Amino acid sequence: MTALVDFAQALHAVPPAVPLGLRAWNGSAVQTRFNVHRNNRAVSLAAALADGFPVVAQLVGGDFFAALAQAFIQAHPPRSPVLVDWGDVFADFVHGFMAQLPAGSQLPYLADVARLERARVQAYHAADAAPLPAARLADALAQAQDLPRLRFTLQPGLAVLDSPFPVVTLWQAHQTDNEVHLPDWTALPGEAALVLRQGDGLAAEVLVLPVPAACAHFVAGLQAGLPLAEAASADPALDLSAALGLLIQHQAFVECFL
Amino acid sequence: MTQALSGLVGVGFKPAHLTSILSGPPGAAGLGFFEVHAENYMVAGGPFLAYLDALRRDHALSIHGVGLSIGGEEALDQAHLQRLQTLLNRFEPRWFSEHLAWSSHGGEYFNDLLPLPYDLRTLDRVCNHIDELQHRLRRQVLLENPSSYLAFASSTYSEAEFLAAVVRRTGCGLLLDVNNAFVSAVNHGGDALAFINALPAQAVGEIHLAGHARDRDAAGAPLLIDDHGSPVDAAVWALYRQAIARLGAVPTLIERDNDVPAFDVLRAEALAAGARMADVLKPQACAA
Repeated sequence: MTALVDFAQALHAVPPAVPLGLRAWNGSAVQTRFNVHRNNRAVSLAAALADGFPVVAQLVGGDFFAALAQAFIQAHPPRSPVLVDWGDVFADFVHGFMAQLPAGSQLPYLADVARLERARVQAYHAADAAPLPAARLADALAQAQDLPRLRFTLQPGLAVLDSPFPVVTLWQAHQTDNEVHLPDWTALPGEAALVLRQGDGLAAEVLVLPVPAACAHFVAGLQAGLPLAEAASADPALDLSAALGLLIQHQAFVECFL
Repeated sequence: MTQALSGLVGVGFKPAHLTSILSGPPGAAGLGFFEVHAENYMVAGGPFLAYLDALRRDHALSIHGVGLSIGGEEALDQAHLQRLQTLLNRFEPRWFSEHLAWSSHGGEYFNDLLPLPYDLRTLDRVCNHIDELQHRLRRQVLLENPSSYLAFASSTYSEAEFLAAVVRRTGCGLLLDVNNAFVSAVNHGGDALAFINALPAQAVGEIHLAGHARDRDAAGAPLLIDDHGSPVDAAVWALYRQAIARLGAVPTLIERDNDVPAFDVLRAEALAAGARMADVLKPQACAA
């Protein structure tokens, strides 16, 4: 085994191990020095995770989040130095991690809050795409006979969330500099939302738009490439003109085609 | 002269500082460049790329890679090289730098700059990787000296000898991190000034300054941690003056990644670097 392979294995060895072939100038035990690297890795990765999931971190508190982060780092270490790409599977991991806890402390909404936060990060960094010009959209929507077959490309970063828990309300409660007043989630219905980026350049911001579940299902259908009529018929509760109006208002359409 | 030198200083860019930078005065007055970590801007679109467009309208840009793992035993990550190329083609930074370190192995990224044995095998590998990188990017790369806490018993070169050999063989430049030089010297019972004096002076294209934290090793000896979490230490300022006296005017950056203060505080620290550079380089009054 080479020195670097041994070093790499010792970075996550439990209990802590010291790689071979290292020395300190004064002959002191190298474990203390090697621990600087173990600590750098653990602390910096946990901080990167907390940056991406600040509400999850607030909901569970610092000590719990540190344990959650270490378990995640162990199970799903980053594969690339682009850390913003790390975290796609965090919500699923949170779900599994929480399910092992005693019934009273499982915070069943936590994984969906993580999904919402991940969707926001992805929307923030998604590719730029020019919105479909209003005139072209109006033109396409005016062709009554083709309308049912019309398909759309939506903004690359747009995400749809549909949760049995009041995730938007829980997330929104943390968007304050003041003390957080957590609502009683057991008394609230599930919520759905669209997450998308709006505006250009420096002024761009990510919006979390609460929508009826039927609207979320409709948008998910369009995103999957379904024609308009098929996407609209998936959920009888859909208010189609309200849903289209919302997508137009937020410039969510990039392309339409037959 | 002071005016001209002030444009030679910069700070590490933080998105939270954008409004202060763009809205001035003083804005970024006196600063010549901003530096960003390459990996934070490897995104498809959105505001981060707009930040870089906004910064480079009035300032030079330095892109600093932290994740290529140039010292790693495996081949360079081709996907990562492609991302670097895309970023550099788009933003045309004045400088691109990376580290004499490794950070990935076996498909895992450790998010830390890890130490290398300074031996012939490592030298060959590092030189091959830098050749590949400079060929791919069609530009000179500045290689940064690391902060280190441990030495390998198998090392046969000093760090300065190793860096000088890399420069000679690849034609790369150096990013002299004066704080790293100080931290490593203390951590290995060495002499930071002797290290700086042993580097090929003409290769140094940029200087980094930052703060460090103090700890102790198992024998109670000082162990300095390169955490970029505080202002530049007085001992590092003194070493910086000595480095400038040898190297001349070199673009100098204040790095701060933890406990980041308001932009004006970082700007003032960068201007203080510029003032020291001007002071060291001012024409000596002739004895009558």
